Amino acid sequence: MIEIRGLHKSFGDLQVLKGIDLNVENGEVLSVIGASGSGKSTLLYCINGLEPIQQGRILVDDVDVHAGETDLNTVRQNLGMVFQQWNSFPHLTVLENVALAPKIVRKFSKADALEIAEKQLRHVGLGDKLSNYPSALSGGQQQRLAIARALAMEPNYMLFDEATSALDPELVGEVLDTMRLLAEEGMTMICVTHEMGFAREVSDRVAFFHQGVIDEINPPEEFFTAPKSEHLQKFLAKVK
Amino acid sequence: MQPTETFFSGFSPNDLWFLGEAALRTLWISLLAISCGSLMGIIFGWMLSVSRVGGFILAPLLDIFRSVPLIIQLVLFYNFAPMIGLRLDAFGAGLIVLIFYTSANVAYVARGGIEAVGQSMRRAARSLGMTYWQDMRYVVWPIGLRAVFPAWVGVALGVMKDSALVSVLGYIELLKASQILITRTQETILILAIAGAFYFALSYPISLFASRLEERWNQ
Amino acid sequence: MFKALPELLQAALLTLEVAALSMILGVLIGLGLSLIRIHMKGPLMWLATAWVELARNTPALLQLFFFGFGLGAFGIHFSPYLIVLMGLSFNNAGYLAENFRGGFGAVPDTQIRAARSLGMTAFQTYTRIIIPQVLRIVYYPMTNQMVWAVLMSSLGMLVGFRELSGETQFFASRTFRIFEYFAVTAVIYYIIVKIILGISRLLAMRLFRY
Repeated sequence: MIEIRGLHKSFGDLQVLKGIDLNVENGEVLSVIGASGSGKSTLLYCINGLEPIQQGRILVDDVDVHAGETDLNTVRQNLGMVFQQWNSFPHLTVLENVALAPKIVRKFSKADALEIAEKQLRHVGLGDKLSNYPSALSGGQQQRLAIARALAMEPNYMLFDEATSALDPELVGEVLDTMRLLAEEGMTMICVTHEMGFAREVSDRVAFFHQGVIDEINPPEEFFTAPKSEHLQKFLAKVK
Repeated sequence: MQPTETFFSGFSPNDLWFLGEAALRTLWISLLAISCGSLMGIIFGWMLSVSRVGGFILAPLLDIFRSVPLIIQLVLFYNFAPMIGLRLDAFGAGLIVLIFYTSANVAYVARGGIEAVGQSMRRAARSLGMTYWQDMRYVVWPIGLRAVFPAWVGVALGVMKDSALVSVLGYIELLKASQILITRTQETILILAIAGAFYFALSYPISLFASRLEERWNQ
Repeated sequence: MFKALPELLQAALLTLEVAALSMILGVLIGLGLSLIRIHMKGPLMWLATAWVELARNTPALLQLFFFGFGLGAFGIHFSPYLIVLMGLSFNNAGYLAENFRGGFGAVPDTQIRAARSLGMTAFQTYTRIIIPQVLRIVYYPMTNQMVWAVLMSSLGMLVGFRELSGETQFFASRTFRIFEYFAVTAVIYYIIVKIILGISRLLAMRLFRY
């Protein structure tokens, strides 16, 4: 379980997160929506320690992420992250991209790492692209590569930071399908997204971020058809 | 045997050998300077990229080597060394100056390489659980190297050409040897052309090779 | 020793003069060379390429020696000033030509198409659209080349030219205070380079506000 208590985060003088309390249960799919700059991506970066926090606690499987004695590298092995820019390593083949971290971080043998890599690549539907370089792949394929790369570390949680926002429209579907597949398999997921359809159909809960706080959080049916917060009503009206 | 009254004699095969030897010495001092200088330069470049304070102190120091003519640096250091108790010959002094000169230039190239990788890519690596040094070794190094390889080759070839200046300290590398021969044989054009051909034959193919490599990496 | 400072500074002006002139010549010739290489074929293109590659792949000192001793062997003698000017210009032209060629290549063809379809003539397209963009790209390399020219002018010392280094050598060899004189000169060069870089940055802020 991921527990967030009283999270405050600033960049210099700019306060981005102003008190977040949130629990994400195992197997839950949480979608996070909101306007740009409302702090959604920053929340994810705080969870896996890419950004430091000023106040509050984040517990991942009972480990305090920002405690001084915590080894962030170990925590991150349990948190898979997929970015808006897929960031595939251009100098490695698709297979090597996915096998790298299991080998050097989890210290698997080369053979085991390659096996896991191949398994996850087939899982996301890239089984026929193993020896290609990322430059030969479309954006959607590279993003699925990024998902496979994160999955190869066998994390308990997957964090998606606007995974489809940088993709051409016709490529968005294949990535969303992959994310849907993971959700059905029971992966715990936090997805920052603009894809309302996905949020509605796949999530267990949807959270609305507004100016650094969670304004409303509810199961999708209630969230989309009977929004309580005024800000959320305005937001939903704009994105219809 | 030639009569001793002749001050000038023609260009002979022996002289070609003499030039060849000198060419090797150019090569030797260049290779040493480039390898040591590059290693130091990579470390300096890393220091420049990682800490703003370190960069504040380091950058002006490195700039000295890039803002003062090499010839001045050579003469200065050669005369300075005895003052701190270092007994250096032309080769030693020249080599040390060339090493620092190379490292200053490589430092900026290296920093450019590290910055070329981009924060996003490095965050992706770290979020997979890689340590700082794993990120450096498996991600920043290969990607950064590809990004700045041509620039580095440019620096290396520049050092090779600038090694000609160590001749002012008396080191008999190719250009000095050419001058000696010219004085004796008066075959100015021929000898300068041969010397030029040597430098060209070394520099041109290497830079061509570097741009081919760059093209191959870019696709 | 500081009595010699005025003479040294005077010689520094000479250094700047030679460097600046060689840059102007280098830019003009280099522009011509790059345009020839981009647009023309045949012997003229090969000559231009030969110039560029020779300038970039041989030591500057060697090039100076050619203009000095090489031409001298044919009985053509120039003053040390001219030798340095020609040598530096030859070298600058080569490097700048390559920078310009890259600059022209980096401006997309679509810019030309856009300009022409608005009805601009070729001349207008080049002067108002292409060259300003090329200037932006080559500005930093050009600044570097100017610094390079200032530093390279020190080679004049070896052909008898009394610019800053030559003048320093003159004083140093007369008084045997080699280290002191060259140390002062090193500082002067450092300051000159910093000033050039500073002016260049200021100019860039003025020129490239887009």
